Amino acid sequence: MNAIRIEGLTKRYRDVIAVDTLSLTVEEGEVFALLGINGAGKTTTIKMLSCLTEPTEGDAYLLGKSIRRDTADVKSLIAVSPQETAVAPGLSVRENLALMCGIHGFTKEKREAKITELTALLGLESVMARRAGKLSGGWQRRLSIAMALISEPRILFLDEPTLGLDVIARSELWDMIRSLKGRVTILLTTHYMEEAEALSDRIAIMKDGKLLLCDTADAIKATAGTQSFEEAFVRIVKGVAK
Amino acid sequence: MRMLTFAKRNAKEILRDPLTVAFGLGFPLVLILLLSAIQANVPVPLFEIERLAPGITVFGLSFMTLFSATLIAKDRGSALLQRLYTTPLRPLDFILGYTVPILPFAVAQSVICYAVAIALGLDVTVNILFAILFMIPVSVLFIALGLLFGSVLSDKQVGGICGALLTNLSAWLSGTWFELELVGGVFRKIAYALPFVHAVEMERAVIAGNFAEIFPHLWWVLGYAAAALMLAVLLFLRQMKKQ
Repeated sequence: MNAIRIEGLTKRYRDVIAVDTLSLTVEEGEVFALLGINGAGKTTTIKMLSCLTEPTEGDAYLLGKSIRRDTADVKSLIAVSPQETAVAPGLSVRENLALMCGIHGFTKEKREAKITELTALLGLESVMARRAGKLSGGWQRRLSIAMALISEPRILFLDEPTLGLDVIARSELWDMIRSLKGRVTILLTTHYMEEAEALSDRIAIMKDGKLLLCDTADAIKATAGTQSFEEAFVRIVKGVAK
Repeated sequence: MRMLTFAKRNAKEILRDPLTVAFGLGFPLVLILLLSAIQANVPVPLFEIERLAPGITVFGLSFMTLFSATLIAKDRGSALLQRLYTTPLRPLDFILGYTVPILPFAVAQSVICYAVAIALGLDVTVNILFAILFMIPVSVLFIALGLLFGSVLSDKQVGGICGALLTNLSAWLSGTWFELELVGGVFRKIAYALPFVHAVEMERAVIAGNFAEIFPHLWWVLGYAAAALMLAVLLFLRQMKKQ
């Protein structure tokens, strides 16, 4: 079964079309990247898929559940790590994780097990007692992803997960995303070409709300006739602009 | 259960901002002490403790509006709400989660204000307990205003609107600092069209044991509390949908 099937998804804001009849599929366990310049419609697509924004037209099915009709079912399948930091600043790292466990209705035993598991997965042990608002951007981003993973989502949306992180923090986050490969379907948006190429099974390139191309990084390079993925991206985006 | 988890988080966020708590609880007490000191030197009927304490107690609740509006506006700005909107929390869980934890703070603030008033000479009667009870609808009004402003303003705007404008309006138009009759005219009419003076006069009547005189003030307070709550819920749901 497709993890995500998008059919003619469109979002219009008055006279601006943020996403224009987008159609694509993502397989279960795949890491799928949405790539595009600013205003391409990546974040709006994630917002629609996570039931935060209602589509103007079209629909999408997450593990067979419609984002328009089955929003409660969809919410039980997904988790989102938004572009901006989405942690409770006055709570400690542990309390942030416990908050998400409580919101998902976990028992005390399950809560403790989940906190232990995610603390180890994201390497949060050294900052567990620290207030989230006092952590560096990299730690906050890790915590944000841990909070998204609490609910054992089958589909995880990561909106610009490494934005503003230093090289080391980015590399560590890449390792974490790789460790989830195959277990969770991941749809991520990014501005970083090397990130999309290194992490993703397939990449969709968007511009002005439209899907330009969707394929593997190697196939995209072959299509554009370039050695580097960044060059391929530039050619594809500029080529359509011409 | 889910709502309580969220409410507990909100309570912690407020309690862990010591400056806000100290200012919110401390400022009304400073005012009671200051105005009582003035009263001791230059007696003014308006500042007699049985008239002053209800006024300051109501005024203190304007800080509850500031607490709740700031928390909601910050959550909206930080994308935490965006994350939580993708969880099984329902709209009612959010609304109760933001209002329920502020209510104990509001009651605690009223208790502290009346306790200080007792230390300054307010007669200890059962009416003080009733006065604290009648503060609950007033608290709901101020908390609903917090939900309302937090749903439409940024945290910086909340500082200006709730921190400056609302606290001043609720002070000037409440008849606590000066007799509204002294100004009269349109100012007095505006004051009596708003809930603040009604809340103060209701509390004064309760403290004095004149329960017949709580009307029509109680109706004004209940009416404004219900209207503010309904509008707050609508605006909160609207911003939720706009996400």
